[in-house]
Amino acid sequence: MAVIDLANPTRFLNLVNRVLPWLAAATAILFAVGLYRAMGAPDDYQQGATVKIMFLHVPAAWLGMLGWSVMSVAALGTLVWRHPLADVAGKAAAPIGAAFTFICLVTGSLWGRPTWGTYWVWDARLTSVLVLFLLYLGVLALYWTAEDPGRGSRAAAVLTLVGAVNLPIIKFSVDWWNTLHQPASILRMGGSAIDPSILTPLLIMAAAFTLLFFTLHLAAMRNEILRRRVRAMRMTQAQEARA
Amino acid sequence: MTALSALMLRDMRLAVRVGGGALMGALFFLIVVVMAPFAVGPDLKLLARIGPAILWLGALLASLLALDRLFATDYEDGSLDLLMTSPMPLELTIAAKAAAHWLTTGLPLVLIAPLLGLMLNVEISATGALMLTLAAGTPALTVIGTIGAALSVALRRGGLLLAVLVLPLTIPVLIFGVAAAEAAITGPAPFGQPFTILCALSLMSFVVGPFAAAAALRHGLE
Repeated sequence: MAVIDLANPTRFLNLVNRVLPWLAAATAILFAVGLYRAMGAPDDYQQGATVKIMFLHVPAAWLGMLGWSVMSVAALGTLVWRHPLADVAGKAAAPIGAAFTFICLVTGSLWGRPTWGTYWVWDARLTSVLVLFLLYLGVLALYWTAEDPGRGSRAAAVLTLVGAVNLPIIKFSVDWWNTLHQPASILRMGGSAIDPSILTPLLIMAAAFTLLFFTLHLAAMRNEILRRRVRAMRMTQAQEARA
Repeated sequence: MTALSALMLRDMRLAVRVGGGALMGALFFLIVVVMAPFAVGPDLKLLARIGPAILWLGALLASLLALDRLFATDYEDGSLDLLMTSPMPLELTIAAKAAAHWLTTGLPLVLIAPLLGLMLNVEISATGALMLTLAAGTPALTVIGTIGAALSVALRRGGLLLAVLVLPLTIPVLIFGVAAAEAAITGPAPFGQPFTILCALSLMSFVVGPFAAAAALRHGLE
């Protein structure tokens, strides 16, 4: 089944209804395994047990950026390929990505207090992630203030592509600037710098978070399609009541 | 007279004539800068320390307020539709409108900056450098704002939405503008470094902005 076959909303809804329970179950299992391994991971020699916030903070950060990437692909689908469900995908991904970015900022702040001595610092990584969060809020504002869903989606798609320039800035901010935030230790030249006893639970948690994102995303897309159907039906009803 | 210069002249005449959009921005800049000492207190040393930042924030907010005017009036009376269907490329049209907008809104901000710098106890010797940073940075603010204005032109509840969309994108301009101004005032950091990056931001946004704004107009007004 090609992507274009999913352009039919009914066929897409059928696929989602079949896939979603399995996806949700897989998410739950991965979370269970990940949290179990995370609890069993060794403490850091300096930070003690505080380091375990990382198992929430790092996947949330990755998912915040993944959310914007999914929105960017959806934006290309809306503007360039004119896929009928692309704007639904973008609109559904925005609140989820914003929530993950918020979790990243909050868990990072709580982690920073005992380890750095401050809840917040204006270094490059934190500032660029905060800018990402503000861009999420801007896109959400565009989706919410547009009366016509289609027009708002197209404007939001343009803003999504403009804001995508922030993603490489976030990734490389710790390399380009002198930051308090730790430099890259996972995706870098020369391989990861983290011991496998901590890296493996981290990657399991990241996979669990990713499956959670797509579970929520598909569910949100289903909700949005149903919401639009309700709106269309209400408008038809109002038309007929007038006539 | 070419179509480009005709469009620019039209926009400049409209801005100067009706609604006073041109000088209103400068007036708002003045008011914001006057508010600052009321908020932080009259300590001259403190004002000198944060002077460049206040000036840049005031210029940013004044640019933001004037952006509403860029497409809204043309959208209401139908000239935006004419411009979009004309043989001149929409990107070029938007670039011309942005240039005219900067000349009528951004340039007055640059010109009254010395007076405002005086009120904030900014060193006289650094005023020239401050004007230079504003002159290099306000075009970027105008063009990035054009993207936001294009996005919100069709949505009726524009206003603050425009600010929410534009402000995060203008953060780099603000950072380098203030860095350049402070380098000129306090040294020893070199002025040239942040200033050239500021010029680069303006040039880049002038190239990319019209394309993004044209896409926003085309798709938003379908």
